[in-house]
Amino acid sequence: MIAQAVSQSGVDKFVNALGSGVALGAIYALLALGFVIIFKATQVVNFAHGAIAALGAYLVSYFAVTINIPGRWMTFAPDWLQWSLSALVAVLLTAVVGMIVERITIRPMIGEPLFAIAMITLGLDLIIRTTTNDLLDNTNAGLGDPFGLEVLTFGALRLDAAQIATIGVTIVVVLLLMWFFRTRTGVAVRATAFDQEAAMAQGISVGKVFAIAWGIGAALAALGGIFSSVGSRGAAGVSPFTALIAFRAFPAIIIGGLDSIAGAVAGGMIVGVLEVMAGTYLGGISWLGTGFSGIVPWLVMMAVLLVKPYGLFGTEEIRRV
Amino acid sequence: MRGRPNLYTEYKAEMGLFPSMSKKIAIGLLALIAILGPLAALPFLGFAGDASWLILVNKALVFAIAALGINLLTGVAGQVSLGHAFFMAVGAYTAVVLGGEAGNTVWGLGLPIWIWLPAAGVAAALIGVFVAPTAVRVRGLYLAFVTLGLVFIGLYLWRNLGKIAGGPGTGRPWPELEFALWRNMDPLVSFTSDGPLWWWLTPVNWLPWVHIEEMDGEVKTFFFLVVLVAVFAIIAKNLMRTRIGRSWAAIRDRDIAAEVMGVADAKGKTQAFGISSFYAGMGGALFASVVGRIIPESWDIFLSVEFVAIILIGGAGTIVGTFLGTFFVVLSPRIVENVTGFLATQAEDGGPFSWLGSIFVRSSADDWIGIVSYPDAAGPGLSVAQLNIVLFGVLIVVFLIAEPLGLYGIWLRARNYWKGWPFTY
Repeated sequence: MIAQAVSQSGVDKFVNALGSGVALGAIYALLALGFVIIFKATQVVNFAHGAIAALGAYLVSYFAVTINIPGRWMTFAPDWLQWSLSALVAVLLTAVVGMIVERITIRPMIGEPLFAIAMITLGLDLIIRTTTNDLLDNTNAGLGDPFGLEVLTFGALRLDAAQIATIGVTIVVVLLLMWFFRTRTGVAVRATAFDQEAAMAQGISVGKVFAIAWGIGAALAALGGIFSSVGSRGAAGVSPFTALIAFRAFPAIIIGGLDSIAGAVAGGMIVGVLEVMAGTYLGGISWLGTGFSGIVPWLVMMAVLLVKPYGLFGTEEIRRV
Repeated sequence: MRGRPNLYTEYKAEMGLFPSMSKKIAIGLLALIAILGPLAALPFLGFAGDASWLILVNKALVFAIAALGINLLTGVAGQVSLGHAFFMAVGAYTAVVLGGEAGNTVWGLGLPIWIWLPAAGVAAALIGVFVAPTAVRVRGLYLAFVTLGLVFIGLYLWRNLGKIAGGPGTGRPWPELEFALWRNMDPLVSFTSDGPLWWWLTPVNWLPWVHIEEMDGEVKTFFFLVVLVAVFAIIAKNLMRTRIGRSWAAIRDRDIAAEVMGVADAKGKTQAFGISSFYAGMGGALFASVVGRIIPESWDIFLSVEFVAIILIGGAGTIVGTFLGTFFVVLSPRIVENVTGFLATQAEDGGPFSWLGSIFVRSSADDWIGIVSYPDAAGPGLSVAQLNIVLFGVLIVVFLIAEPLGLYGIWLRARNYWKGWPFTY
């Protein structure tokens, strides 16, 4: 955002908007990936995703700033390492929270209508979000991240360190996921996604798969929440508004298709780039008013759904009488 | 046939509005309470005439109208909608443009209620029918996201359409509930100002322990709303038990099978969206009018979730459940607040519940045990408002896991238990 305050020539402006868009899209992609993994494995639409993301970001703030764990035992280590370890602890803890939530509220609902389970996650969203807000005292808390406001230039492209880290982590996560789905556990998750009963008949513990999926999903949500609260984009840190980021990632998920990993990344990128482009090029049009770039993803989502009702990469449901 | 209330010899009798004698009696009692309660003319229920309760009851009645709408759409026709707040806003803003006072910064035509109220419903219904084609094309959970998108697009519109919505954070005043023939004419009946007893209520004074000459504005609002709610509930009930409602139920249960049997799928869904939005528009307009002034940010996703919670807690697809859910959702915050206050005083002064109070309430900065901070909200511990939201979430989760039919299901079980008593079935 700071980079764009400088007046630029047409190409530079476009390149920078594209770069910021990809960085924003990476955050959406992280959130969307977690969401899609949960949906694929357990058929649950997780409306609590944003709340879990905010919880993860809050935990980073708690571990890195408030109690300085594990930094207090390793003062010799550089700042970035201390912070990364705190973030890792927070992400793992969020994953555990995700598993607990799954065990208590989602497992008893296996076999119930999808709508009912989706509504349960709406209830969970209220619980987790309000509790996080209370822990935050309804204000914002910095994450103590080491990224700073430094801007790196690659020719015409200017990105800050947090944006580069976001893109890098997203690439790593996607590669890790591609590897994961080839492992024994990953194949079990894929089999469960395909048909729960058939997977069970093959000796796969579906309950375990559910727990793994929720763990991974919550961890990815936490990553999304963290990267939306660091650097110049999230200068204020984690706040009660952090949870609302999921409502901006939902269009990305739907555009890509609810059950497609590739679609989650593609959808995230499309939405991120379009949102920044709309902010850059349409921000000056006065009759559009304020906040138009925020609803561009939703408008695109509706347009996509009219043409392809299951998203760009989603599996079409085969319906029988 | 006497004494055998469940024996129906005719199909028509079973599909009647109030098929059994006990239902007729229950409705009669309810009507009696509805008339006498607000006037504080009932023994034991005198608190019902208290203005602070009546304000909440009025809000619940308004919500009930909108909730009937979403129950028709989601409970009967099976179309998941998170966009109810959007349709309510459409109704409310139609009402305020037609009925509100014009100002330097806002539009308003100052028309009377008999124009703005129906128009609010019709405008919302038109938007609903306009959105319906998307809903017909998109199914299930994808539909939930489309309707969610409506809420966000709506929020953007209301924030930016200052001439209609009155600007972010400020809003504008809504027209009052009063019946005038035309603009600038003196209202024939005002439903909001204190005044004398209406002539049809005078028989209340024949009761030996009652003597009423004046009634509060809230009581008048209550009577106005209760009549509207009754009309809307009967319309909804009739919709459900006739051709349209049956086609909706068929679509809900299996839309392809319904189509094979000759139920027009697209037509049914469009009707459901239109009629549900009509209810939502009316509810939204009345809600805004009863509250008086609403900021554009109020029509957010939380309002929609509240309505989903109402039908889930009450019982999807039933009229009684809609009312149970609405009253539960609207009145429970007040009850939670009272209980918290009670526990706090118990913990302080020492009483039979002081142990519970000291566990539950965090009363001062030194007190580290407690879920709720009361009376001040600083530090750890939820505030009462936050506790309400958390409880709300817990209730949604618990009801869905334990009793998918909601309060209505609990009532059914209790009734069946006593019906068969002392046998278990």
